[in-house]
Amino acid sequence: MKIFIFLPLLSFLFFLLPKKFQSYFNALFVIIVAAISSYYAIDVISSGETFTECLPFNVWGNQIILTIDLLSAFFILVINLTVITGSLFAIEYMGMYKERRRSDFYLHFFSFFWLLYSMLMVCMIHNMVAFLVAWEIMSVASFVLVIFENEKPEVLKAGINYLVQMHIGALMLIVGVILVYNETGSLDWSALTTYFSKNSNIGLFLLFFAGFGIKAGFVPFHTWLPQAHPAAPTHVSGIMSGVMIKMGIYGILRVLLHTQSDLLTIGIIILVISIVSGITGVGTAIIQHDLKKLLAYHSIENIGIIGIGIGTGLIGVATQNDLIAILGFGGGILHVLNHSLFKSLLFYSTGSVYLKTHTREIDNLGGLIKKMPHTAILFLVASIAICGLPPFNGFVSEFLIYNGFAASMISSSVGLKILMMFSMLSLVVIGGLAIFCFTKAFGIVFLGTARHIKTEAITEVRWYSLLPQYIILMAIVAIGVVPGLFTGLFFKLAGLYVHSASIVPTSTVLNITSISWFVLLFIGLAIFMYFIKWLFARNKVIEQAPTWGCGYTGDASKLQYTASSYAENYSHDMDDLLNQKTEYDRIATEDIFPQQRSYKTHSESLAEKKLFSPVILSLQKLLNKLAFVQTGKTQHYIMYMFVLLIALILLTIFKVI
Amino acid sequence: MKAAGIIMILLTSLVFPGIITRVKSIASGRKGPGLFQPMLDIIRLLKKGSVYSTTTSFIFKIAPVVYFSTILSAACLLPFDNEPGLLSFNGDFIAFSYILALGKFFMIIAALDTGSAFEGMGASREALYSLLVEPAFFVLMASFAMFTGHTSFYEIYNSIYFSSYIAVFVGVLAAYNLFQIIMVENSRLPYDDPKTHLELTMIHEVMVLDNSGFDLALINFASSMKFVVFGTLISNFFFTPETPLYLGIAIFLSIQFLFAVMVGIAESFRARYKLRNNNKAIVLLTPISILIFLSILMIIMHQN
Repeated sequence: MKIFIFLPLLSFLFFLLPKKFQSYFNALFVIIVAAISSYYAIDVISSGETFTECLPFNVWGNQIILTIDLLSAFFILVINLTVITGSLFAIEYMGMYKERRRSDFYLHFFSFFWLLYSMLMVCMIHNMVAFLVAWEIMSVASFVLVIFENEKPEVLKAGINYLVQMHIGALMLIVGVILVYNETGSLDWSALTTYFSKNSNIGLFLLFFAGFGIKAGFVPFHTWLPQAHPAAPTHVSGIMSGVMIKMGIYGILRVLLHTQSDLLTIGIIILVISIVSGITGVGTAIIQHDLKKLLAYHSIENIGIIGIGIGTGLIGVATQNDLIAILGFGGGILHVLNHSLFKSLLFYSTGSVYLKTHTREIDNLGGLIKKMPHTAILFLVASIAICGLPPFNGFVSEFLIYNGFAASMISSSVGLKILMMFSMLSLVVIGGLAIFCFTKAFGIVFLGTARHIKTEAITEVRWYSLLPQYIILMAIVAIGVVPGLFTGLFFKLAGLYVHSASIVPTSTVLNITSISWFVLLFIGLAIFMYFIKWLFARNKVIEQAPTWGCGYTGDASKLQYTASSYAENYSHDMDDLLNQKTEYDRIATEDIFPQQRSYKTHSESLAEKKLFSPVILSLQKLLNKLAFVQTGKTQHYIMYMFVLLIALILLTIFKVI
Repeated sequence: MKAAGIIMILLTSLVFPGIITRVKSIASGRKGPGLFQPMLDIIRLLKKGSVYSTTTSFIFKIAPVVYFSTILSAACLLPFDNEPGLLSFNGDFIAFSYILALGKFFMIIAALDTGSAFEGMGASREALYSLLVEPAFFVLMASFAMFTGHTSFYEIYNSIYFSSYIAVFVGVLAAYNLFQIIMVENSRLPYDDPKTHLELTMIHEVMVLDNSGFDLALINFASSMKFVVFGTLISNFFFTPETPLYLGIAIFLSIQFLFAVMVGIAESFRARYKLRNNNKAIVLLTPISILIFLSILMIIMHQN
């Protein structure tokens, strides 16, 4: 562990390396750091004992202790897997920018390393002040990563927006930490237990929830996500969406470990906010035509699903029903892993598409499955997984959460029964909308024929970009087909929250191996049917012909459905909620000859428009009135300081402060 | 005899569409084809070669196989008589619904694979309608789970009983709603007309315009199997734990027959909805399910 603490010194090597080697060195470096931290994390998981080590130096007189408990260990493993695949994927992807200056490269990779390191530290540090420092490094590092293409105004705007929102979140955390310190005099996470045992739990929890929720992207704190993810280079988006926003979930889970009373209220609040997040996320994702923006909105949806699991689990804890608690927390935490897998895979394969076509506009793409078959398969599997369909991993976590709902509907009070029914309804709607969205995304981007791109020069990405993606694919399939291997860990993690831990009945009540059998049955049937098909097709005439066009035999590529037309029958009915804006040139009656025209749609977030903009505007108005003090004359400023000093002295003399 | 159910479902699927067509022909005063005509059509298709569009990829080739397998797997979860299905576990109604959704997913992307405007249209509608109908089914099943205290098909059906008047009322309402859900899931009247000849108004049929030969046979058989699978959801209500197997088979067959006749009659005497109104009509099924849920909640509170 000593080496681990001094490893960051090596990161300054990035400033010396030529840009050709930066990405290779980065991958190597990330793998070393990940391997060391994973070693300790796996050790903690297998032995079940918490690992602690004191840092050999003090920070402002505070001893900093690195602690890896079960929760940290799990998050460390998730972080490492995604960051390793991201660093491998970056090798070819960053080649796209080889014309850029060397300083861009070393800043990028320097921050990339620090993002990984700070995320690991966030998981390991239990001292809250040091935690906030790591949290801050994480935000700043990811900010630098987001603004890689900083010559584009929209990228810079997204970056600044991100940075500001992160600091609002950090501010809430700081206030929370101060409150705890004032009350207990301790800065360790465990001080929360003392605080929560004496005071009402809701207030402080909500403060932390808002602070961490901005990072996680719960509605209404989600507005930074759809801007920052498209702006960042793809491997960064994959990591940010895959694991960095999960640090918010980690924070919430960490605080929940210490809460003691009002659990029912807290659970219901989390559940309701998560349901709103889930539906808003996926409902807005459908009408997006920027592929990365679409994925960003899906991150909000999946954070919602994770939250739904956690909320359900908490309700289970509050009503002393262990089964519901284990299913809810288990499903939610498993979804953290699942989402990090399929979302990073989706971002990487989107990155491959962007690398080769230089566009993220879904309406321009099409027919890529013929040119990039591997990428298409990877995207397809990730799409099926994110929709929560069997035989992949998304199904397992959603299945656990559904079972939590069902269990709660059977045994809870009437009010909770109704709540659970609506939660189930929402999760079904989320799943259905996700299917709608990903049939669109996959179908329009990879199938049919190209709409507005030249396909001749498009080739598959290189093997070292495909390798990390196939590694993720294997994890997705493994969790989907043999969930029994993994659920033990998740039930153990869920057990952290169940005070009268009795984990045995869960495994018998919920026979997780049945899912394996079911999935295997399906896969077996599919293979068998394909074999039958092959038998039948052996000596038959198989012909190729153009798609049937109702008599039209010309070039049909412009007649194809596009992403917008596919979503039209949905967006038409949802217009009021989606707040979609359309701009186009109307055809005037005197226009005889067709000219080039444009048609643009974009949707503005309702939360931003109705919730934040009015507040910010009125705040601006108020602050504008105070602008008279800002005269720009040095003499005045010196006077202000002087007045302040006098005031302070007077206040001390009269013992006001 | 855990496999009895799946065998009966497969056998019934052979004549199910035939009965519907026959009822429709009688209702409209035509002589009409025989009961086995749809199956003979499928057999004829099996003997034929295939034509694949040059636009399509392997997705188009595997989709019918996946679609068929999903429905067969879903059928394996259903109990029959007083036996559980091939597989039975807690929450299997969730797996049932999700595996069917996987089949739809593949049919939708296969339709988009052809790059045809018509099939894109069908795909978009299918995706929207299945998303709108899904909540109704889930709330219905979850209500029964709540009613019986169990979450697997087998246990739900085994312990359900409609004792009081209100329970019978709920049963009737549930049967009506299930019937409507089935009509949406199978793309039948009044939501979609399988016999329409205009591509612009089709939903399911337009998605399979480019399929031929073995693939089309598989899709057609899968569709009739899907009908029977959903019919089994209804017929299972009529089994008691004491029903012997031969009686079970008789009940199963007569319910399926009645169900097919009802579909035929319903299709003969009503027009389809305007496409724009489909959304509203399908969304309406969810409030009915919620009504069932609330009624069951009342029954439970009354019992305690």
